[in-house]
Amino acid sequence: MSSEQSVNQSASTGHDGADSIVGRGNKEGNRLFREWYKELTTSEERGEKSAYVFVMGSLAELLRSFDLHTVFPEINGLQTAVRHVSESYIADAEDYGYASDVCGYVKADVGLQMRHGEHPMGRIPRPAVAVYTNACNTYIKWAEIWERMYNIPIFTLDVPGTRAEGKQTWRGNEDFENDRLYVEGQLRELINVLEGVTGKRFDIDKLRENMDYANRLSVGFKRVVELNKAVPALYNAVTDGTVYLGVANGFRGRKEGAEYFEDLVEELEYKAANGIGTLHEEKYRLVFVGVPCYPIFRRFGEMFSEWGGEFVGSSYLWFASGGTNTGFEYDLDNPLESLAEGVLITVRDAMDSMFYSDKMLVDMVGPYGIDGVVYHAIKSCRTVSTGLADNRLAVMKDADVGTLLLDSDHMDPRVVSEAQLKNRVDAFFEGLATRKLMAARAS
Amino acid sequence: MPYAAGVDVGSTQTKAIIIDEDLRIVGRALIDTGANVTIAAERAYELALADGDIHEEKEGVGFIVGTGYGRYKVTFGDTQTTEISCHGRGAVHMFPDTRTVLDMGGQDTKAIKVSPNGEILDFSMNDKCAAGTGRFLGGASAALEIPLDDLGPTALRSDKPVKISTTCTVFAESEILSWLGKGKKVEDILLGVHQSVAQRALGLLRRVGIEREVAFTGGVAKNIGMVKAIEDLLGFPVHVSEESHYMGALGAALFAMDHIKSRQSPTKLTGVTA
Repeated sequence: MSSEQSVNQSASTGHDGADSIVGRGNKEGNRLFREWYKELTTSEERGEKSAYVFVMGSLAELLRSFDLHTVFPEINGLQTAVRHVSESYIADAEDYGYASDVCGYVKADVGLQMRHGEHPMGRIPRPAVAVYTNACNTYIKWAEIWERMYNIPIFTLDVPGTRAEGKQTWRGNEDFENDRLYVEGQLRELINVLEGVTGKRFDIDKLRENMDYANRLSVGFKRVVELNKAVPALYNAVTDGTVYLGVANGFRGRKEGAEYFEDLVEELEYKAANGIGTLHEEKYRLVFVGVPCYPIFRRFGEMFSEWGGEFVGSSYLWFASGGTNTGFEYDLDNPLESLAEGVLITVRDAMDSMFYSDKMLVDMVGPYGIDGVVYHAIKSCRTVSTGLADNRLAVMKDADVGTLLLDSDHMDPRVVSEAQLKNRVDAFFEGLATRKLMAARAS
Repeated sequence: MPYAAGVDVGSTQTKAIIIDEDLRIVGRALIDTGANVTIAAERAYELALADGDIHEEKEGVGFIVGTGYGRYKVTFGDTQTTEISCHGRGAVHMFPDTRTVLDMGGQDTKAIKVSPNGEILDFSMNDKCAAGTGRFLGGASAALEIPLDDLGPTALRSDKPVKISTTCTVFAESEILSWLGKGKKVEDILLGVHQSVAQRALGLLRRVGIEREVAFTGGVAKNIGMVKAIEDLLGFPVHVSEESHYMGALGAALFAMDHIKSRQSPTKLTGVTA
């Protein structure tokens, strides 16, 4: 049953709440997103300072306790691509001397800084500090650009990653405790840096309050990911999922973020209870792996929905939420110790979602009813793209699903060929149809 | 029973095939695609009808499947199927023991893993770069001023191939000129070019897993130098049909015949088209 049919049916069968609940998450998410950029646009006029951060380990809970705004250059970048202007920002950076194969996010940001923050969503404030983890190797060199541009302090939080696939350690393990203490020590150093940048004393109660909001957001986010086991799927993990990610990052550690995800869970549970899916007919349930193709974001989604393909899950929801999908909850009685533990676990999980996702994907196949896995390798980010070809083979070995490996980019329209993508997507669905045909014959 | 047709609108050439109910090829045509894709498709189809002395108003073509990059421009067609599915289907029809297909065309090279029925199990294609495709050979042809048809035979005269290191079609021409400047023989350069393209194709084949038998299809399969380079790398012979150029159109025509037959016996499960 298509979701349109479902919506109509739910209305006609007396589900009066449908009109007010269904679609609320996207509407409210887009509103919050615009509000966030409005806040950033006017922040410097109010004398407020901003921290430049990234999606994998933003430390928003801590930064907000110093009244710092959080600016996500990755999100600024993808917004230029979705609005079809990324090429001009990238071109500015390339004219300045950046090579064609440097990360598209970096170049869009350099172009943005050269334009003094002029952005389609508003004006991006200058950084007072940059705080980042080692989850992406480019983060470190990227922050050094701002350090030279603005003469600001930058802080690398070195988060120990998983030593080998399946070798994560947890609380109670000696290695884990050593890693946690290592992160905690760095957080204490960071607090000193932030006191210097803002001229404000660290307020542990403010941190505790923000961590409480983050807890509520994390619990909701995890539930949202799990709820899409429903048939039909309740949301598209790539298109709708990107809205959810925007709120999860931009409003982490804020009351609005906590309430948004509580409301979203309510909406999705309502949809699940009433069999309401997305606006597309669902023939194939898919998982997306990698970073979306933002330069043709809408069209990219249509290439799949035209065939009845629905993305019910996405590794992007894992790593681009900085591991929020783990649902980690801080111990508010021990804020700093627990913040260290949370950062260690979630950032480690984000890295694992990029580097060791094959088993996670195989584990999804049964519970989520997956028919196919779509890998999107992007030209200018080898961090998330290297290994996808091997990952595909590993998944095909352990799970009876179709797979597709696409090559394009998350930012640069010059290396996105719609005709080539469409050809591969069409052939993928022809293969999925064949699989269903063969299964029907076998039964 | 009416005839079935497949029209394969490729980046450089357009092919059309007409088959009868016994799946025999009764008409074919091959023309350059040119700038107007729709006209190329219509023209190739008309020429294939004429080749088979088929008069639509009399015998009738019951179903037409468009394939290739221009498949959506086959406006007179009944449906579209990608050339990936079509090459797999065509190759298994020609060589039933085929389990892996290598299709090398003007701007695409595809490795396709197929079931015994010609169904697509997996595929891999070159990314947004013409390295490892017919276009790479076209560049060599232009740089050396040797007709495309002579490239393979010329390459096979070599026993000391040079190493073409670039994977870029544009830079390859510079590299070829550089080897000429160093006094290398044309056949040695050309064998190097063929080996370079074959190496890229091997990478794609490995992505899907090489399972014998392997069928080599597409326009480039007519190049004996490329066939030899592929076989040398694989270490065993590959199937090459006289109809290699038409394999996509043939596969499309076979899918079209599926549609005709399924209409006559609707319970039969056929086809993979949308």
